[in-house]
Amino acid sequence: MARAATTTDVFNAIAEPRRRELLDQLADGERSVNELVERLGLTQPLVSKHLRVLREVGAVRVRDDGRRRMYSVDAGALKPIHDWVSNYERIWSERFDALDTVLDELKEQEQDDVQHD
Amino acid sequence: MSNTTDTHKATLTLPTDDQILITREFDAPRHLVYRAWTTPELVKRWFGGSHGEVTSAEIDLRVGGAWRYVVSAGGGPESAFHGEYREIVANERIVSTEVFEGAPEAESINTMTLTEQDGRTTMSVLVQHSSQANRDAVIAAGMEIGMNVALDSLEQVAQALA
Repeated sequence: MARAATTTDVFNAIAEPRRRELLDQLADGERSVNELVERLGLTQPLVSKHLRVLREVGAVRVRDDGRRRMYSVDAGALKPIHDWVSNYERIWSERFDALDTVLDELKEQEQDDVQHD
Repeated sequence: MSNTTDTHKATLTLPTDDQILITREFDAPRHLVYRAWTTPELVKRWFGGSHGEVTSAEIDLRVGGAWRYVVSAGGGPESAFHGEYREIVANERIVSTEVFEGAPEAESINTMTLTEQDGRTTMSVLVQHSSQANRDAVIAAGMEIGMNVALDSLEQVAQALA
């Protein structure tokens, strides 16, 4: 099967479950590679590889803290995903609001039918 | 009359990597919600939300029967969705496949469940993607995404952006 480019944008980058785990670990603050290795139980090269992909799409930032490299989430890069979730939620909310109107009418019709029986 | 100040919001969660779950409560008994969900003339009135017009709604409500909805947003290009009914329990549950025709290789299985309590109905729609490859194809189409960054984290992200 043709392999889609996984690093072209943030949506594709986070389609990989391990990278989502990494982001979850970074959600509450910055961490070093060693901390991430420890928390995820993955090898250091694997963690570094996934962090590199996330950096390439701008989902994480890195800064040097002495000899440690500290990684953190870049909220701006994740905004498209948040926007997508919000958009999907909004589409369904709008559908359901319209459905409320239909249901009100069905309820009235049903009450009328009962009264006319 | 319904209480118009009581706006119900659809709740969206991502239970696993390949699922999307949408829930919503309605101030109506479930046989009416079911009727509105399965009657083409009624689907036409709600499936487009406030931005889209449903130009076609076809429903062959039997196991193996097909459904297809076409939505036009503001006179723009049409989006079409179709699928097949897998399981039908009147007023309770419908399992069907769904294909967004913009990403035809990516089929999901949707389970719509209705539960009623005190005359109110809770609807849940579980969208189960059939494989990660298909899910990713849908992601690429920009329609749906099975990602699992915890919504809580996303809330934090959103707040950070505010």
